[in-house]
Amino acid sequence: MGTELTIPSDLAEARRVQELIEGDLSAAAYTEHEVFSIKLALEEALVNAIKHGNQMDPDKRVFVVYSVTPDRFDIRITDEGAGFNPADVPDPTDPDNLERPCGRGLLLMRGFMTEVEYHGRGNVVSMAKVREAAAAE
Amino acid sequence: MASQQPRRRRLEVEDIGDIAVVNFVDKKILDEQNIQMIGDDLFRLVDELGRRKVLLNFGNVEFMSSAALGKLITLHRKLQAVQGKLVLCKIAKDILDVFKITKLDKILTIAADEQSGLQSFA
Repeated sequence: MGTELTIPSDLAEARRVQELIEGDLSAAAYTEHEVFSIKLALEEALVNAIKHGNQMDPDKRVFVVYSVTPDRFDIRITDEGAGFNPADVPDPTDPDNLERPCGRGLLLMRGFMTEVEYHGRGNVVSMAKVREAAAAE
Repeated sequence: MASQQPRRRRLEVEDIGDIAVVNFVDKKILDEQNIQMIGDDLFRLVDELGRRKVLLNFGNVEFMSSAALGKLITLHRKLQAVQGKLVLCKIAKDILDVFKITKLDKILTIAADEQSGLQSFA
């Protein structure tokens, strides 16, 4: 599938990936709302991979594979961390968890994308955004 | 060694009566370090400057991730603790979805524009 990128555990590099993908989405005439949704999910997933996955370790990398078609956007992000079980993340909408800083990223990824799935030990996430016009057909 | 970044202004605060109306300078509220500084500036309004009514105007904000939400909740709690109030206004539609998905729209007061935001303190 599509474009492959490897970046170090550096949030500035994550921004560059976002900008590159944003450019591809705009070139494929994705709407502003679709671009926002994908950018937000990317931000959350890349920050998770770099911060929680690779623990900001400069020797660890993040692997990104993505494709943009007129119908859908697909991405797979792999970090070199220990992984996690998404089921263990406390529900951030539970009133007891409102002050917790984590968990909302995952919730937003699920809210803004059509598909979000973790693989292996939890260090690989695949996400897809099926475009509304394509989904309605 | 890189020299420390000069501290730049991230918020513009205007007093309308006893309400502190806060505008964000940045179009994107991202990056932990940046959010930490925005949080510190917001908390200072309450903790050091004694403000009790704070209206955050998001009119300038085009993008914001989950990292900023924790600061808003802490600010809300701080104001609640001193019988104050936090109101958010002029949030772009896409960013409003961030609040809806995380259900923070149920906890935080959100007004459509600055005028109705100001009125919600009455």
